[in-house]
Amino acid sequence: MLGKFTSVNYVYGKEGTALASSALSDINLTIDDHVFLALVGETGSGKSTLVQHLNGLLLPTSGTVQVSHYLLKTEKKKKYYIDLDKEQGKHPKRKQFKVKDLRKFAGLVFQFPEYQLFEETVLKDVMFGPLNFGMEEKKAEAIAKAALKLVGIGESYYSRSPFELSGGEKRRVAIAGIIALEPKVLVLDEPTAGLDPKGEKEMMELFDKIYQSGKSIILVSHNMDLVLKYAHEVCVMNKGKLLKVSSPLEIFQDEEFLSSTAIEPPLVFKTALELKKAGLDLNLDNIKDIPSLAEEIRKAKKND
Amino acid sequence: MEKNNTSLKFNHIYFSYQDDAQTLKDVSFEVEKGEYVCLIGHNGSGKSTIARLMIGLLSPKKGDIEIFGEKLSEDNVVSLRKKVGIVFQNPDNQFIGATVRDDIAFGLENECVEEERMEVLVDEYAKKVGMYEFLDKEPSSLSGGQKQRVAIAGTLVRNPSILILDEATSMLDPKGKREIIDLIHKTKQENPDLTIISITHDIEEAYSASKVIVISSGEIIASGQPKDVFTSQEKLEELELDLPFFLKLKKELSNRGIEINDVSSIEELKRQLC
Repeated sequence: MLGKFTSVNYVYGKEGTALASSALSDINLTIDDHVFLALVGETGSGKSTLVQHLNGLLLPTSGTVQVSHYLLKTEKKKKYYIDLDKEQGKHPKRKQFKVKDLRKFAGLVFQFPEYQLFEETVLKDVMFGPLNFGMEEKKAEAIAKAALKLVGIGESYYSRSPFELSGGEKRRVAIAGIIALEPKVLVLDEPTAGLDPKGEKEMMELFDKIYQSGKSIILVSHNMDLVLKYAHEVCVMNKGKLLKVSSPLEIFQDEEFLSSTAIEPPLVFKTALELKKAGLDLNLDNIKDIPSLAEEIRKAKKND
Repeated sequence: MEKNNTSLKFNHIYFSYQDDAQTLKDVSFEVEKGEYVCLIGHNGSGKSTIARLMIGLLSPKKGDIEIFGEKLSEDNVVSLRKKVGIVFQNPDNQFIGATVRDDIAFGLENECVEEERMEVLVDEYAKKVGMYEFLDKEPSSLSGGQKQRVAIAGTLVRNPSILILDEATSMLDPKGKREIIDLIHKTKQENPDLTIISITHDIEEAYSASKVIVISSGEIIASGQPKDVFTSQEKLEELELDLPFFLKLKKELSNRGIEINDVSSIEELKRQLC
């Protein structure tokens, strides 16, 4: 098990005051090891709030969040960071873990990660994380260079200021900064918003590669085409509640459920569904993108 | 007269941020009054640089820009800018007012419009973009699509002749995107003389424009009516630019020996396949 949310509520602002607003209510969710999980739902449905619990950036107002052996909870307004592997120790203090360790375990890429850039040069910016986690300079540099290579940023960029890059390039550098921490789970909040289609595809292929290498990906996205193509499991959120956890195939087929949400299946899936209804024998399981739809149509036509 | 019909013209524009790297190379194009033009291209292709040049935030290294036949220069940039409104990509970076009302009014205040007239205008434009009920709300409490609608109202209220949208929908969710595209088409209908220049990644939006200009590595590589530009597929493929959904499907089917006519909806596709 990678993570578990048990009866999690989260309230922004001080409880009981006019400023309090509930962002998560009664979330129960178990996340398996090695997932490619997508969180979908309208703006303001609580997706970003939920994922910020995964690296201890937010602690539940009530309930518990467990990520690997790290347990997060709030009791009587005190925040608890409990290392379950150390639970046997006598002194309660020894059960505490450093939130830094969790941050290294679960790397969070924010929406608009380019806001997080701050160093003088691209290379320094990506090295900052590893250095901050105590890695020695030479090794940090090697890891940073490898991470930049992964996201498609070449050597000629190393000494440039991150602020003079284009929007898409900034995004890549910021994501390289998180990859350089070598997290076990990569949590991505709308990682491709604002990227062009080519950049988006390259970025998603990169995340898929990271997934294939044994790590977990948790993706917040409005882009149902990406969800269909890459995610294995989808959590649908609405107004702070978790409505459904299922495969993309099941969710996009469930018209009754979808009509109660603002989610629309991707056009490629909708097309497949309509063609199937009209009598073409398509296997919806195989529909991931336009080429796979064309391939299914070809097979159906051949058997006609 | 021909001159009156051209709202914006780029004459052999060169631009670079650093001396060694040319961002724009010999870019020339003309936009007619009332046209809805989409500029498409990859991140870093120079699209946003073009937008900044249009409103005089940057000056070309070589070549000149004409707005309604007048050459853009340091002397007239302020007066010409009144004819041009721009909406940027990230709605959060362009709010000034504490309420939606203040924000829409900001540009008018700058132009010293009388208060009574201003109130009427703000109400009118808030209604036009469907944000009338939100006039007293804080901009930060709005969704992305609502924020961009406010930004568009704040621009249109100044009655520009040219509206520039610099990736105004790229950070919005699908619902927000649709709101903005619908609003653009509605605005276009109400005000056929308004020239709209939209810098976008949204291929479906580009398909609905009256003209498309494709930019790659700082050069214009194709321009014309969307139908013509998108069907000369080879060039676009070289660039790995996206095609509209049904064109892509048609091509993938053709690769597999299934030929269909152009379609633009699932219904039409059904008729040909089923």
